[in-house]
Amino acid sequence: MKKLTALLLGTAMVLSLAACGGSASTASSEAASSEAASSEETSEAASSEAASESADAAELTTVTAGKLTMSTNAAFPPYEMTADDGSFEGIDIEVAAAIADKLGLELQVDDMDFDAALLAAQNGKSDMVMAGVTVTDERQKVMDFSDTYAEGIQSVIVPEDSDIASVDDLAGKTIGTQRGTTGYIYCTDDFGEDSVVAYDNGLTAVQALNNGQVDAVVIDNAPAKEFVAANTGLKILDTAYAQEDYAIGVAKGNTALLDAINGALKELQADGTLQSIVDKYIKAE
Amino acid sequence: MEAQFELLSEMAKNGDALNFWQDFYVKFYQAFLHADRWQQYFKGVGTTLLVTAIALVLGVVLGAIVAMIRVGHAQQKPHHRNPVLGVLNAVCKVYVTVIRGTPMMVQLLIMSMVIFASSRNFTMVGALALGINSGAYVSEIIRGGLMAVDPGQMEAGRSLGLNYMTTMFEIIIPQAIRSILPSLGNEFIMLLKDSSLITVIGGKELLYAAQGIMNRTYEAMFPLLGVAAIYLVLVMLFSALLAKFERRLAQSDRR
Repeated sequence: MKKLTALLLGTAMVLSLAACGGSASTASSEAASSEAASSEETSEAASSEAASESADAAELTTVTAGKLTMSTNAAFPPYEMTADDGSFEGIDIEVAAAIADKLGLELQVDDMDFDAALLAAQNGKSDMVMAGVTVTDERQKVMDFSDTYAEGIQSVIVPEDSDIASVDDLAGKTIGTQRGTTGYIYCTDDFGEDSVVAYDNGLTAVQALNNGQVDAVVIDNAPAKEFVAANTGLKILDTAYAQEDYAIGVAKGNTALLDAINGALKELQADGTLQSIVDKYIKAE
Repeated sequence: MEAQFELLSEMAKNGDALNFWQDFYVKFYQAFLHADRWQQYFKGVGTTLLVTAIALVLGVVLGAIVAMIRVGHAQQKPHHRNPVLGVLNAVCKVYVTVIRGTPMMVQLLIMSMVIFASSRNFTMVGALALGINSGAYVSEIIRGGLMAVDPGQMEAGRSLGLNYMTTMFEIIIPQAIRSILPSLGNEFIMLLKDSSLITVIGGKELLYAAQGIMNRTYEAMFPLLGVAAIYLVLVMLFSALLAKFERRLAQSDRR
């Protein structure tokens, strides 16, 4: 009898675990689909309004009511970085604040690793991810992207006395990258997993380059400039690794929010706010 | 299978809704089988085991030395204290205090970014950091085991004319091993799991492989659950081996 009970309890536990996994995913997909359905209803209303003025905050369902939650990786100057008082600043932060302002929401910034920031938006832990996210086909499969608001270039940072003069010279060298970025994906595609080291953020990768633990770092151009300015003995290669567009990522199917963000972006572009924010952080050469 | 995967992922790309099992199949396939990704996990397991083995040996050797010094120091006759042993004891105490008092993660980062700032062998740096960390805990485990042996055993050995070292190695340590082993096994298991931390310094072990795949597929569930399952299996194998060894030691047990 005891054995039987134990067996039953055991199976119940296993099943409940399995059910947990299953129901969670189905529930979330249901929620997503119902969200998508409801968002279609609201998006009609929103888009008609968005043309003249941005969507009403009341119509947007955000992760925390009244707040626009943005996940980011604040080690990516000048797009996002930590200020001296521990708060966040940068182009993405200010653009997000302007968008939140337009939507009548309060901005909430969540700082985490880059790959976690993408997943947060994808899984609905945050409303959107803004971390200099490049639009790629692979990413478009799992999340929706707004219109682009900035252009990025993947640059190669090397020590000044390095024998690496072009992107082709990277073959056979050890390359430092930031985990989950397009730089990481391009490099592993081009040079193989073994010659690439992924770090949690760009700063650590550059630190490793300073130490001589890697031969080069592939990272977005704007932070690359900041890193080179802050560390003597480093330079950026003249030839870029890749050209790409930055956009805001939101959970797949969340069209209501996407339309609202696009509407706000358009307004910011039209009245010059976007350009003035970019100019504030990136000095024109 | 490949064709089935291509077909389904093409459907997903075109926005067709997949049913639960099709979705499961696509995600499972892209997490483990597509582009021979299982090889990355396989290599990761290899590195994890290598790091654990090196750290284990280092930890036990360091721990044993530290424990012997500290017990030897504590068991000296009053008023006949050996000054060399006193210095060594102080060094050991500092080592244990510092290593136990700082987080593993911080130690790893210091090892890779400060002490071995120019080393490119991230795996070995990680193994070294883990071994040094483990040594501190193992030394306390061994010290506890040695002190748990009845003092009468030492007195008996000495009164039979054996010297301190012989009594220690022939009488005390064999008895201590039995009480040390379960907690040492616990420490080994901790070590195996802590080896996942070397991901932060670029060590390419199991978790690193999973995160790499996560970042290519933008799908976290299968790589992470897969890795958790692999760790679980490894730990279970480890525990089974330990249990066998303990049973072997208990053969002469009359209690």
